[in-house]
Amino acid sequence: MEGLETILAEQPFLAGLAAEHRKLLSGCARNHRFDAGGYLFHEGDAADEFFLIRHGRVALEISAPGQAPIVFTTLGPGDVVGASWIIPPYRWMFDARALDLVRAVGIDAACLRGKCDSDHAFGYDMMKRFLPVLAQRLQATRLQVLDVYGKR
Amino acid sequence: MSGTDTTAVGMTAMTPANRGTDPFASQLYRVARSYRELADTVTLELTPLAGPCATFAPGQFNMLYAFGIGEIAISVSGNRTDQSKLIHTIREVGAVSRAVAGLGVGEVVGLRGPFGVGWPVEAAAGSDVILVAGGLGLAPLRPAIYHLMENRGRYGRVTILFGARDPHQLLFRHEIEQWRESLDVDIHVTVDHADAGWHGNVGVVPMLVPRVDLDPRETVAMVCGPEVMMRFTANALRSAGLSDDRIYVSMERNMKCGIGLCGHCQFGPTFVCKDGPVMRYDRIAGIFAMREI
Repeated sequence: MEGLETILAEQPFLAGLAAEHRKLLSGCARNHRFDAGGYLFHEGDAADEFFLIRHGRVALEISAPGQAPIVFTTLGPGDVVGASWIIPPYRWMFDARALDLVRAVGIDAACLRGKCDSDHAFGYDMMKRFLPVLAQRLQATRLQVLDVYGKR
Repeated sequence: MSGTDTTAVGMTAMTPANRGTDPFASQLYRVARSYRELADTVTLELTPLAGPCATFAPGQFNMLYAFGIGEIAISVSGNRTDQSKLIHTIREVGAVSRAVAGLGVGEVVGLRGPFGVGWPVEAAAGSDVILVAGGLGLAPLRPAIYHLMENRGRYGRVTILFGARDPHQLLFRHEIEQWRESLDVDIHVTVDHADAGWHGNVGVVPMLVPRVDLDPRETVAMVCGPEVMMRFTANALRSAGLSDDRIYVSMERNMKCGIGLCGHCQFGPTFVCKDGPVMRYDRIAGIFAMREI
């Protein structure tokens, strides 16, 4: 577990996390490896784990019947993949595909939700970290929707 | 108009003798080369019919006159060390830009300039430099990139972030690949929309800023693209710790005279043609997002 704590300490998303909280988090963590083209998760699956990317890039995709999947964002080292684990009914709303070899730390969602519920200071810390990520991605989506490079 | 020395009604042809004395006098340039960059974007290489080619600073613009149709402000997109020609990259949007972009080899265009304040390439010497371009915004930044590449030892880390609408709208794609091969420039390209066949980054260009290792006290940022993209990018640079006086943006307004007389390009207390187009962000941050301006 010491190894995972060290890995988590290196994640920018967790910068400044108190040592006791890092220890709590590492109890829910495990290492993952995804080969290029492999899926971290699929839309509709249970959002029972989210990921902190250590190496490689991940494409978030939405597919529609009869059409090629649309990639709406790509994420890289230091990024968080997935927030549906916080929001009931805890189902992924898109696919996440490894663009190349991806190494990531997976955090068990049920385990983390339980620890957040029982330790509100820890839970509040986690929410303060996730909210800016969600806000930043919402802003990015707004800019995408604006289609600023289109002709006016 | 093809291949002839023509002076339009109301415009004065510049000669080496009067050049520089009358800012409203066009010098005549011939299209030496024209090539399509994208479906709606063309690059023209222009050489003077008489006299020396105008020299420019990276970020400056010229007024190009399509005879009988109108005049339009276009940034210089070429290398200032090549003093044999002026290069402009034009997107076909309206009647004048379509007319200028549609000029064939040998045809003549009127040119006034260069005008305005360019990128702070000399002031940035000794600093790290991050250039953030969106869409056609790479064209006005290209002369600055040439300068940085040719004077690489005078600058710290050089980072280029470039965003486009989709993989088919990537301007200067071949050149980006060449810059990337130079190994001492960090280049990140992203597109707003892509299908699964694209293996590069997807997402808006401001999202790349947090992924770059910046020393905010040692970095100068030069940003060019649609105004909304520049606002989001400036916010991302601020979040990365850059102070407003280290951020430069290239503004775009309806420019007519080019010398701050007519007022068409007024932007708050400034004129974009004379006080810009490149402006330091701390001087305009208060009015940048103001819709009445």
